[in-house]
Amino acid sequence: MKIGTPKEIFEGEARVAMTPESATALQKLGHQCIIEAGAGVAAGFSDQLYEAAGVEIAPTAEALFESADVVTKVRPPTEAEVERLQKGQTLISMFYPAANENLMKQAAERGATVVAMDMVPRISRAQKMDALSSMANIAGYRAVIEAGNNFGRFFTGQVTAAGKVPPAKVLVVGAGVAGLAAIGTATSLGAITYAFDVRPEVAEQVESMGAEFVYLDFEEEQQDGSGTGGYAAPSSPEFREAQLAKFRELAPDIDIVITTALIPNREAPELWTEDMVQAMKPGSVIVDLAAERGGNCKLTVMDEKIVSENGVTIIGYTDFASRMATQSSTLYANNIRHMLADLTPEKDGSIVHDMEDDVIRGATITHDDAVTFPPPPPKVQAIAAAPKKPAARELTAEEKRAKEVAAFKEATKQQAIMLGIGAAAMLFIGAIAPASFLQHFIVFVLAVFVGYQVIWGVAHSLHTPLMAVTNAISSIIILGALMQVGSGSWLVILLAAISVFMAGINIFGGFLVTRRMLAMFQKS
Amino acid sequence: MEFGFTTAAYVVAAVLFILSLGGLNNQESAKRAVWYGIVGMALAIIATLFGPGSGLWALSLVLIAAGGVLGWYVAVRVQMTEMPQLIAAMHSLVGLAAVFVGFNTHVEIGRVAAAFAAADVPFPLAEGGAHLVNAAAAALTDGFHGFAAVVSEKTTAEISVLRIELFLGIFIGAITFTGSIVAYGKLAGKVSSAATKLPGGHGLNAGAAAISLLCLIWYFNTGGFLPIFVMTLAALFIGYHLIMGIGGADMPVVVSMLNSYSGWAAAAIGFSLGNDLLIVVGALVGSSGAILSYIMCKAMNRQFVSVILGGFGGSSGPAAEIEGEMVAIDGDGVAQALNDADSVVIVPGYGMAVAQAQNTVSELTNKLRAKGKEVRFAIHPVAGRLPGHMNVLLAEAKVPYDIVLEMDEINDDFPETDVVIVIGSNDIVNPAAQDDPNSPIAGMPVLEVWKAKQVFVSKRGQGTGYSGIENPLFFKDNTRMLYGDAKDSLSALLPLVD
Repeated sequence: MKIGTPKEIFEGEARVAMTPESATALQKLGHQCIIEAGAGVAAGFSDQLYEAAGVEIAPTAEALFESADVVTKVRPPTEAEVERLQKGQTLISMFYPAANENLMKQAAERGATVVAMDMVPRISRAQKMDALSSMANIAGYRAVIEAGNNFGRFFTGQVTAAGKVPPAKVLVVGAGVAGLAAIGTATSLGAITYAFDVRPEVAEQVESMGAEFVYLDFEEEQQDGSGTGGYAAPSSPEFREAQLAKFRELAPDIDIVITTALIPNREAPELWTEDMVQAMKPGSVIVDLAAERGGNCKLTVMDEKIVSENGVTIIGYTDFASRMATQSSTLYANNIRHMLADLTPEKDGSIVHDMEDDVIRGATITHDDAVTFPPPPPKVQAIAAAPKKPAARELTAEEKRAKEVAAFKEATKQQAIMLGIGAAAMLFIGAIAPASFLQHFIVFVLAVFVGYQVIWGVAHSLHTPLMAVTNAISSIIILGALMQVGSGSWLVILLAAISVFMAGINIFGGFLVTRRMLAMFQKS
Repeated sequence: MEFGFTTAAYVVAAVLFILSLGGLNNQESAKRAVWYGIVGMALAIIATLFGPGSGLWALSLVLIAAGGVLGWYVAVRVQMTEMPQLIAAMHSLVGLAAVFVGFNTHVEIGRVAAAFAAADVPFPLAEGGAHLVNAAAAALTDGFHGFAAVVSEKTTAEISVLRIELFLGIFIGAITFTGSIVAYGKLAGKVSSAATKLPGGHGLNAGAAAISLLCLIWYFNTGGFLPIFVMTLAALFIGYHLIMGIGGADMPVVVSMLNSYSGWAAAAIGFSLGNDLLIVVGALVGSSGAILSYIMCKAMNRQFVSVILGGFGGSSGPAAEIEGEMVAIDGDGVAQALNDADSVVIVPGYGMAVAQAQNTVSELTNKLRAKGKEVRFAIHPVAGRLPGHMNVLLAEAKVPYDIVLEMDEINDDFPETDVVIVIGSNDIVNPAAQDDPNSPIAGMPVLEVWKAKQVFVSKRGQGTGYSGIENPLFFKDNTRMLYGDAKDSLSALLPLVD
């Protein structure tokens, strides 16, 4: 099959959906490649480089659409481009089908198959073709770089001969792929980084990137993202209030804010209000990665950099990935290549559009003259759902209360029975045993109880030392032998002496071994 | 010295022992905790040596010193991998000492009774101290030293209780003694680790226990030596036969159980001697061992009783057939995967201990960590032959303890892990425990290594290991087998990782 890539016609778009490297890989799958003249120039790939990689050069877009069986693109196609599609041709591109319904219908009417790269399901197998993630990664990185470009200070704190420089404080709101990439970049530049997300389960990922997760004092159980394919879901008004209050508290201290909060198929939530901008120091920077959907900050102007009244720079660019066209083209072209590899199972250059395959089915929005969007839910869950207890959650407050009361009663009953039996046994022993025995017995019972309480606290990794140390102290039996060794009978003296000797071995051996073991435990 | 001083010293020693156990709740305070134990022990011994009822203290000191030298020698020489054997061997000493002390108590009762009979004074005394009964008895009592003097003061009821106590002390001590010796033999490989029983099985144990019970009644009524002797033989047999019947895989439970027994024996002896410190420490050790056994059983999803009765419980149907085949790989392939991986989890098991591979593992860890890869260790609660065995070995090899994680801490991370290396463990990574309800280990919590992207299993051969259970993990698509001695194969791997 012939894979073709036209020049992007969207203004300012520098990316290209095929690189010389990806073309080489595609040829290994048995495909031929063709590219429109000058398509890769903005991304740093000249026509010569493509030619060297064995790619045919088409003089115009028309010629390319004519000859290619599969067209790969970055931006969603324009109406004119869709008009050029022929029956049986495949288009692989970003598409945003929910927003571009008419375009999708048009493509279906033309009889073309459209694979939307933004619809690739979020399952592990499909990660290699997840273009949204690879673009978000770049956007997150670039957001920090843009912020640094407009920020008048170092990121890292320094103590120099010329004076002390405080480190920059960065707040990243929304810890998706872009957010995590921003966190990683900011921390590696030396900034003190804080991050927030409505999905509490990402706290660990945030911390693994070296940022501090901002926790809210909020009672309601925050929902995890596993039910929504790893994306955030809208939060309750109370939660939003708590969140804004926290941001208000942080705002005066923060130098750079990077907001990445997006909810699928909705307008971006407003998270950084005007008064927070007012509260920030002059010279601070806000980078709003959600600008395309209205922005997380209402002052944001799409595709522009503005300065607020109090001197806060607000960046609303939407083309971060395009600003790093070489990098983003390489990654995007690789995503496309992986998609084509899945579409070419036999590696013989013939495309098999397997609509049973979760990934291909999920991404295909038109096929065989019909619109196939939205896809059925994938058979494989995107993210292993955190083991929830749906049954328990459905209980009403009263039921919960009743259950707790019942459990409490049960436990009380059990304890009462145990104590009753214990007390009866005690009384029985007390009735027949002499008083001197009972004195010792009290000591014994209390010691068992203390032992029970203490041992549960012992760390699991220290169980071997625990055995060694209890072994050593169980040679306390030496006391018995010592008390008897002064006896008048030679037999007693002999046995006691042997016991003393054996216990001696145990005491020294046990403690020494324990010390040896414990001395080895060390922190990294 | 005054009696009051001894008691005071005992109180302090008891507190120190409790602190010593309580301090083991984390690695740092544990180092201090051992000193509490040592000081407590020294205090207890000194107080007893100079306290009432003691004699021949010069001899005692010499014997302690001699035992100490031997103990020191063993402790310094022992390999960390031999720790389970050592601890089992040491338990046997405590058991034997308990038996001897119990015998001594019996002999002392006999001596006192004989002396009273010679002086024509009834023994034991009806009630109250000898001084209250009559002058002759008082004279006799004063004539005894040490423990005998204590015995001679006892009343009828107290003597009866004393007999039960010493009987129990000897019984538990004897079981501990032979049981520990067998456990030592199994752990050291000197006795076959398979579960073996004499014909008659648990009937023999029950019989021996019944004989012991009869002996108790007999002894309670007559006070003669014969019942004690017969009971001792029966108890020695129970210890031997019970532990022989338990397979190698259950040894962690057995060792902690014997640990518990040695404590209860000490407590029983403490009762018979009227020594509160012995009782306290015995009870502490006893409950500690019991809790450890419980934790081990829970980790294996086994009932304590079924462990003690030996062998696995009968399965309810045939185990599921395993499809696929084991695919071998060489060092190059593993090294390649390690070089590409970002996160690595190592799952050590008894095989690592046997091959003494912990230092090689540590070296590999350092190398990978130096390259910025995330390397962690996943420790199953019953990995090895002793609770916490793997932690100790890794600590010996200087693996930092903060990358050594428990099963619950790491199980959720396997799906994000690039490479898992399983070194000489089998049952603890067996997916059949979750998938196959007919598997003998069904329901046992296991490390879910098969969820990782790639799993390498270092193993000596294709066999099923000592538990004899087939492991479907080895047949999975993402599993590759690295055959050979763990230490040799990992050493071969080291230069290939760069």
